[in-house]
Amino acid sequence: MNPRRKQRLLAVSAVVLVVASAIGLMLYALGQNIDLFYTPSEIVQGKKGVKPQVGQRLRVGGMVVEGSVRRDADSLAVSFDLVDTGPTITVSYQGILPDLFREGQGIVATGYLTQANHIQAEEVLAKHDEEYMPPELAEAMKGIKHVKPSEAGY
Amino acid sequence: MWKWLHPYAKSEKAFELCARLLPWLSISAIVILATGTLWGLMFAPADYQQGDSFRIIYIHVPSAILSMGVYSAMAVAALVGLVWQLRTATMAVAAIAPVGAVLTFIALFTGAAWGKPMWGTWWVWDARLTSELILLFLYLGVMALYQSFDDKQQGGKAAGVMALVGVVNLPIIHFSVEWWNTLHQGATITKFGKPSIAPEMLWPLLLCILGLALASAALSVYRFQSELMRREIHRPWVQAQARKEHSDAV
Repeated sequence: MNPRRKQRLLAVSAVVLVVASAIGLMLYALGQNIDLFYTPSEIVQGKKGVKPQVGQRLRVGGMVVEGSVRRDADSLAVSFDLVDTGPTITVSYQGILPDLFREGQGIVATGYLTQANHIQAEEVLAKHDEEYMPPELAEAMKGIKHVKPSEAGY
Repeated sequence: MWKWLHPYAKSEKAFELCARLLPWLSISAIVILATGTLWGLMFAPADYQQGDSFRIIYIHVPSAILSMGVYSAMAVAALVGLVWQLRTATMAVAAIAPVGAVLTFIALFTGAAWGKPMWGTWWVWDARLTSELILLFLYLGVMALYQSFDDKQQGGKAAGVMALVGVVNLPIIHFSVEWWNTLHQGATITKFGKPSIAPEMLWPLLLCILGLALASAALSVYRFQSELMRREIHRPWVQAQARKEHSDAV
């Protein structure tokens, strides 16, 4: 490679390297803020030492605890517990749940923290296939069997 | 070692190579894409959780993978164009960018259409979806930069720098689902270890990916030929080519 090409190659690599490290540092600084949601244990025990405050708007993502779904008899109100590897969080929601919602399913709920372990949700989204949850979560959830939505009965 | 490549830096040789490749690329793309799509949409079994809705995977995943693959190809062309100052390489960047932009748009659009019934939302600002949207903007930026210079050699240089800098986004897209918690699920086939998809669903998916790769290559080659002719319209070989195609047509 002749010297001029080598110089150009170095210049181009330097530019890409500088931009890559700038973006890398930026992502590192933003860190956990890029996470879409808190896990239930992060809400109860705090994430990196910072606990979300009551009244804060947040997202929570976790598994619906089996046997915890309670429907109101004459409205769309529903409440259920979410868990990852530690303590559970109770979510209350009024509205239509996504088709994939069922016990044992991973979901993401947006809402307000009304107590240390209770969230009033405005939106509930289903995360499909818990096989793709973080490893420790998948571990904790092993043994939860899938129920087809049509056979879930709630 | 690279001597055999050197003649193709000349636009005339590159045009001839493209003309030879194009029929093979387009025919195999059509055959493989048709087989994979029909197999996937009609004969592959339905998913245990998502039923038939999961079949959009046969369009979504190939276009998403290729939106990144095509970007890598464009970035290699940009690197060659910047370091070796080859005119043909900057033309390749300009030819490839719109193909990649369309693939990215298809990936985002089918993703939204899939997200609505499954997740319950068209769009959510999670790391995977956002970084893929940034990829679309990178493609549009490369196209806009190339077009905004009257001197196409200058435009090619500027677009090349942008294309190279944007490479940083590729690992971010791929690893976003591992580095952060997202609504989008993790990788199914582009990971180490066994793919987490049943073989009878996997094969048509692989065919679709291969078919779309060939189709993207065919489209890029075709666009590259047009770009070569447009940029060198006053050169004798283009005029000879135009006369030949005109006499063939008549």
